[in-house]
Amino acid sequence: MTAPLIEAQSLRMEYRVGRGQVLRALDGVSLAVRPGEVLGLVGESGCGKSTLGRCLLRLARPTAGRVVFDGTDITALPERTLRPLRQGMQMVFQDSYASLNPRRRIGDLIAEPLRVHRDGQGRRRTAADIAARLAELMDLVGLPQAALARYPHEFSGGQRQRINIARALALSPRLVVADEPVSALDVSIQAQIVNLFMDLRDRLGLTYVFVAHDLAVVRQISTRVAVMYLGAIVELGDADTVLHRPAHPYTAALIAAVPEPVVLPDGDRAPPLRGDVPSPIAPPPGCRFHTRCPSAQDRCRTDPPALRDPGDGRQVACHFPLTGG
Amino acid sequence: MPLLAVRDLTIALPVGGRMVTIIDSVSFTLGAREILGIVGESGSGKSMTALALMGLIDAPGARITGSARFKGRELVGLPQRAFRDLRGREIAMIFQDPMTAFTPVYTVGWQIDEQIRAHGRVTRKDARARTIRLLGDMGVPDPARVADRYPHQLSGGLRQRAMIAMALSCNPSLLIADEPTTALDVTVQAQILDLLRRLRREYGSSVLLITHDMGVVAETCDRTMVLYSGIIAERGPTGAVFARPGHPYTAALLDSIPPLHGARPARLPSIPGSPPAPADRPAGCPFTPRCAYAHDACAVRPPLLPRGVQDIACVLPAEGRDLPARCATV
Amino acid sequence: MAMAILRRLGQTLFVLVGISVLVFLVFFATPGADPTARIAGRNASPQTVARVRVEYGFDRPLPVQYIRMMEKLFVTRDLTSYVNRGEKVVPEVFQAAPVTVSLVTGAAVIWVLASVAMGTLAAALRGGWVDRGLMMLGLVGISIPVFWLGQVANLLTQSRYHDSWLFSWVPGLGYVPFMQDPLGWFRALVIPWFTLAVLFIGIYSRVLRADLVAVRGEDFMRTARAKGLSPARVLLFHGLRTSMITFVSLFGLDFAQLVGGGALLTEVVFGLQGVGRLTYQALGNLDLPLIMATVMYSAVFVVIANAVVDMLYLLLDPRVRDGRA
Repeated sequence: MTAPLIEAQSLRMEYRVGRGQVLRALDGVSLAVRPGEVLGLVGESGCGKSTLGRCLLRLARPTAGRVVFDGTDITALPERTLRPLRQGMQMVFQDSYASLNPRRRIGDLIAEPLRVHRDGQGRRRTAADIAARLAELMDLVGLPQAALARYPHEFSGGQRQRINIARALALSPRLVVADEPVSALDVSIQAQIVNLFMDLRDRLGLTYVFVAHDLAVVRQISTRVAVMYLGAIVELGDADTVLHRPAHPYTAALIAAVPEPVVLPDGDRAPPLRGDVPSPIAPPPGCRFHTRCPSAQDRCRTDPPALRDPGDGRQVACHFPLTGG
Repeated sequence: MPLLAVRDLTIALPVGGRMVTIIDSVSFTLGAREILGIVGESGSGKSMTALALMGLIDAPGARITGSARFKGRELVGLPQRAFRDLRGREIAMIFQDPMTAFTPVYTVGWQIDEQIRAHGRVTRKDARARTIRLLGDMGVPDPARVADRYPHQLSGGLRQRAMIAMALSCNPSLLIADEPTTALDVTVQAQILDLLRRLRREYGSSVLLITHDMGVVAETCDRTMVLYSGIIAERGPTGAVFARPGHPYTAALLDSIPPLHGARPARLPSIPGSPPAPADRPAGCPFTPRCAYAHDACAVRPPLLPRGVQDIACVLPAEGRDLPARCATV
Repeated sequence: MAMAILRRLGQTLFVLVGISVLVFLVFFATPGADPTARIAGRNASPQTVARVRVEYGFDRPLPVQYIRMMEKLFVTRDLTSYVNRGEKVVPEVFQAAPVTVSLVTGAAVIWVLASVAMGTLAAALRGGWVDRGLMMLGLVGISIPVFWLGQVANLLTQSRYHDSWLFSWVPGLGYVPFMQDPLGWFRALVIPWFTLAVLFIGIYSRVLRADLVAVRGEDFMRTARAKGLSPARVLLFHGLRTSMITFVSLFGLDFAQLVGGGALLTEVVFGLQGVGRLTYQALGNLDLPLIMATVMYSAVFVVIANAVVDMLYLLLDPRVRDGRA
């Protein structure tokens, strides 16, 4: 078994929200992503999936726990020491427009990381090096070379997301964390970008952490899936295992709630989950999901379940995991 | 007589000195207690259609032509004063983001009371009683307390329930829902869709559901109308449209949704390019540049013609080249 | 809520102490200037100088001097201006304050009413000639210097047309205390009120119109219209009510700085012995005790007004009440 490329160990992230209240965005999250894997992080708003993505890249500093990138503990590294490592890990955001400075040309935007960072031999890149790399990147993400001389507003949402991907790939990272990279796009464009992510992984041997709320998109791209609820992982395992035969009632409810483009007779629909996600400021005691769980028992109300393997290689945090899917 | 009969609705807005047609000759009918889905991507004109029916297009220089008869009454060209009487009472609307759709400085109860009192002589006390009953009907727990809360104090699901309660407060015959679940989490979305389906039984309202999500349409709507770049691509009973899409755009749109069940495709079938801006719409069939079946005949805009139970704006059925049926994978 | 108010009061106190220290250091601890000589005044006898030195503790360390000064200002209130023949300065400020408060409050009532009416009307009839006319008028109001307007008003009402039926009721320049003669108070101030208000009517009506036009595009305004409310109700209950939040913060600042002495020009032109004029005279004579007193008075006022605006926020915006915005 290969060593993980990035690993989170008992990560906790707490925010003070005034009046002595604490919002626990991450509450003891551990996971490891091996080279070449695509880990899908799914869950509803407030589950901590985006926070986890940011902590993995040290864009946010966790309150407790460790983040290990390629064997180096980066949890407490100062920014100076972290910078060379940053080349190896990049992020793609949801809003393709907000993450591009509207007053700069695409070529400048993508070249910026190339100018800031030195190359493999510790030398500054020459203008010719940079131009060659830009041309290569345009080919990689499927944009015409002419795009380099234009401004962000001249592009559609899908093209802008390609530009963002090109910028993230400029320094040949090994790990890319993508935070909802397709959720602002129209369906027909979304498929193009999902395909691009998959092609790039095959061609460049990338490792992804793919944060998304859309289960179908996550299933399409991920090799493994982590389902999060209120700051903790409730189920983690192979994408096919978790999404075809969910063991956690929350995973099952999430899958059942996805409206599918298939017409069913009216009675064939599972009743939706009751209620809303509770506030992460005051999560329920015991199992966090018990307030909405259709199969909650007395034990679930007091005794928080730990992640454990029900016997098929996945991990699930439930006292009464579903069997047989 | 249908509740709503729209014929050749055309909306043009001045953009950079010339008139650009946003919606081009859209026609459809909506029967009593029916849920009609209007699907399309951004820029397809689906929200513009809804705003026109509400008389809420107030861009200077907008030109609306065609006809939209609601209970036999013509809406196109109706003066604002008469529209105001219909709005909220006969035709109500719910919006995408319930956070920004409520005025932040009043309680949700106050805002629902306001609508009730705007359309009838109702005392403050009676209005509040009705508000609380409506909130309860929408599945809001502890409705009296929720009525006294400000929008930001409620969860997204509760806000949207309150928004629906407000829309239904005067028993409208037509409810227009513009992307009502897009801003919500998927489990809450399921609850709201459930609620919308129940409304027709309990309130007898017809619903015009506007969305970009084919899944939402499949789960909710009796009939479906697919818009592409301001033009109807296809319309028909939802079951038929999803089982045998007649327009290549509908078929491609359905194909590009990653499946949640069954085998994972190695690549998602995607539609190349992106939808044209209304000002750059091709003269013929607007889908031609992105269509796998494009050929010479597509240079002339095809009319919407019946094919079985569907109406399809494509030359393929007339050429005897129907698209293959989709196998429903569950 | 009570906690928030207490915390706010603590902050207010902290700011006041900070300002007093700063002012004290600027005027009394500037190297090369002997405050004793300044306070004693030009050509003071050696006995006076010696008395001043002992009285203010200028022969002792700075902190003692500061505390002595604050004591004289706030506790014994016997800070004396030798420049001004032994006048006690605190009563002087207290005499001037009602004049300024009367002037500014009256003007504020006028400018708030007029600007709300003008701004709302212009926004309602956006794009029409009424809108354009009102906004042009606002611009004219902003452009007219207040001292010129005051002089012209005086010229017309005090000399040229004073004997005509139109302005014969206008009393001579100066202030009439409200308690002595309410009608006389009103007569004496009504022209200064309008003169001072003109600038602010211009600014506020333009700001409010811009705000109302911007708020028209908000989702909740569309909802309000979709509810079938009348345009007037939509504009007043939903638009104006929301715009009031910015309006109030602007108002709080302007009101405070005017009461704190910013109405100087109006006071001078109309012969009103207010705080602005007092400060001006104090600065002209380098009357240190009086400067200290007026600056502290105006600081107290600005800080208190700010605290009041914050309280108003709590009333106006429920989001602030919950500490969300």
